[in-house]
Amino acid sequence: MKRKENAQITEQTELAPGIWSLKLRTDMASEAVPGQFIGIYPKDGSRLLMRPISICDADPETGVLRVVYRAGGAGTKEISSYKSGEDIDILGVLGNGYDTEAVKGRKVILLGGGIGIPPMLYGCRVLKKHGIECEAVLGYADSNMFLKDDFEAVCGTHIATMDGSFGTKGTVIDALNEQGVKGDVIFACGPMPMLRAIKSYAADKGLEAYISLEERMACGVGACLGCVTKTVNTDHHTHVKNSRICVEGPVFKAEDVEI
Amino acid sequence: MNTKVNIAGIELKNPVMTASGTFGSGMEYAEFADLNRLGAVVTKGVANVPWEGNPTPRVTEVYGGMLNAIGLQNPGVDVFMERDLPFLRKYDTRVIVNVCGHTVEEYTETVEKLNSTDVDLYEINLSCPNVKQGALAFGQDPKVLEETTRAIKSAAKKPVIIKLSPNVTSIADMARAAEAGGADCISLINTLIGMKIDINKRKFVLANKTGGFSGPAVKPVAVRMVYDAAHAVKIPVIGMGGISNAEDALEFILAGATAVSVGTANFHDPGTTIKVIEGIEAYMARYGVEDINELVGAVSA
Ligand SMILES: Cc1cc2nc3c(=O)[nH]c(=O)nc-3n(C[C@H](O)[C@H](O)[C@H](O)COP(=O)(O)OP(=O)(O)OC[C@H]3O[C@@H](n4cnc5c(N)ncnc54)[C@H](O)[C@@H]3O)c2cc1C
Ligand SMILES: Cc1cc2nc3c(=O)[nH]c(=O)nc-3n(C[C@H](O)[C@H](O)[C@H](O)COP(=O)(O)O)c2cc1C
Ligand code: FES
Repeated sequence: MKRKENAQITEQTELAPGIWSLKLRTDMASEAVPGQFIGIYPKDGSRLLMRPISICDADPETGVLRVVYRAGGAGTKEISSYKSGEDIDILGVLGNGYDTEAVKGRKVILLGGGIGIPPMLYGCRVLKKHGIECEAVLGYADSNMFLKDDFEAVCGTHIATMDGSFGTKGTVIDALNEQGVKGDVIFACGPMPMLRAIKSYAADKGLEAYISLEERMACGVGACLGCVTKTVNTDHHTHVKNSRICVEGPVFKAEDVEI
Repeated sequence: MNTKVNIAGIELKNPVMTASGTFGSGMEYAEFADLNRLGAVVTKGVANVPWEGNPTPRVTEVYGGMLNAIGLQNPGVDVFMERDLPFLRKYDTRVIVNVCGHTVEEYTETVEKLNSTDVDLYEINLSCPNVKQGALAFGQDPKVLEETTRAIKSAAKKPVIIKLSPNVTSIADMARAAEAGGADCISLINTLIGMKIDINKRKFVLANKTGGFSGPAVKPVAVRMVYDAAHAVKIPVIGMGGISNAEDALEFILAGATAVSVGTANFHDPGTTIKVIEGIEAYMARYGVEDINELVGAVSA
């Protein structure tokens, strides 16, 4: 059941300049599936809206949920100032997530670009748990790489950096080609230009691709219609050609959305 | 203790309702707040046919509030009647359908369809700042507002609430125009028109350039407008704009509102409506107020 909850912070560390890892103790850890997200509320009363952040990892055993986020604007900077032992309000679990059941018997390539990398970690972990073959391709701007070791501990990991300082020089698609990564299904999260490139790459190669979209959100639960994406067909809920990213998404089949 | 209030002959168990567009069709927040406890659920704006709404980004945060330019996306009245209304009817609460349109005919078509249902009240949005033609145009000229109200009122078989825009010079004139056109009640405020600019990209944050400003930051403006409107008319007033707790709600009631709506605050805390209801009861107990109606307009200099 979706709820607003006060969660205790068990760890807050800076992984790379401006990139933070936050661990929270919450029952949501046993409910979350890869690709879902939570809303984290700033405490400053002038900032009302939750910040949507993808679930990077979740451990039902310990009840710890992990997110990795960029402290870019005022709200996320404020969130990064809270320390282990303090608490914070969260809304969750939100969104649909990747369907890790539907890909049984096929090989999944997980593509993460920049701050879209974190949710792929939980994706790898759950796929491996279900005995589904997978490899990750991670795209960074430069050698300030975060979560690389975490991925390498779970699955085969390939790296691309835009400045060429590590791995393939260029995008995750350049790394796919150069490093000869093959698979049947793509799970991807990253900036819009990357998702557009993946959509056309998948169409060319005849691969099934699932991409995670971002939009500015107010409610996070499907009530405000703030966060829609254009769709190819009429959506079953809205009855027009758009879907709510916070409920029907954030993960969509690439061919179903107009991006 | 009596918390019941009466709007145009319809009794509400308490004066707390949701603000249109911030609570979906009720379904989205039913997991968070027991709808049975609400005085009424006010739906997202419904039109005669589905509306696509505006391009994104449609929402953004601003200091103490937010801007929205949803553009009244909705699935149309037929889907509303088939899917959303039966859901709401499972709860013991009043159902107020917010109606939007580009033309008088579109409003009346929707209202006529809804006449055959067991909806309790209509709230007519004559004040949306985010649609290119219509809506706000009806709400900024007292003569047009009065005529539009009269046309809708003559088509409606349920009591009509006219929702007023704050983007006018004299809210009292608009309130009087609605009353003259036959409105059974008025509600205010809809959102104020705002704008936010991304200085790094040198672009508007919202695709629509402008958006409706709501949330705690607008409350003082809203309280003043509710006070002015309530003093201009005899029909009941529903007050809203920035209500996030019982204290805020009580300010509106003391200013002259018979009922109040909670909007943007639902996004910050989906349980706000329930907290407001409990807080009002606690206030009444603390001051020995027997009947909530004693508080309506009870502010003095
Ligand atoms: C489903 C989803 C998953 C996400 N997962 C992650 C993640 O795992 N890690 C991460 O670092 N970021 C993630 N983001 C982006 C993150 O939500 C924004 O970076 C963050 O909200 C910005 O807040 P701020 O306080 O830094 O900026 P401010 O400028 O203070 O934000 C102002 C308002 O704009 C919104 N906003 C600004 N940028 C974005 C954006 N890019 N996307 C959505 N809303 C935005 C904020 O939520 C807030 O309401 C995700 C977004 C979505 C929609
Ligand atoms: C996201 C959003 C959508 C809204 N949609 C509607 C709408 O469809 N019809 C309407 O009459 N008012 C709409 N409103 C206005 C609210 O009902 C309310 O009048 C306004 O937000 C002020 O109250 P608040 O500050 O408590 O949010 C909307 C407001 C928001 C924030
Ligand atoms: S954020 Fe409100 S509908 Fe998605």
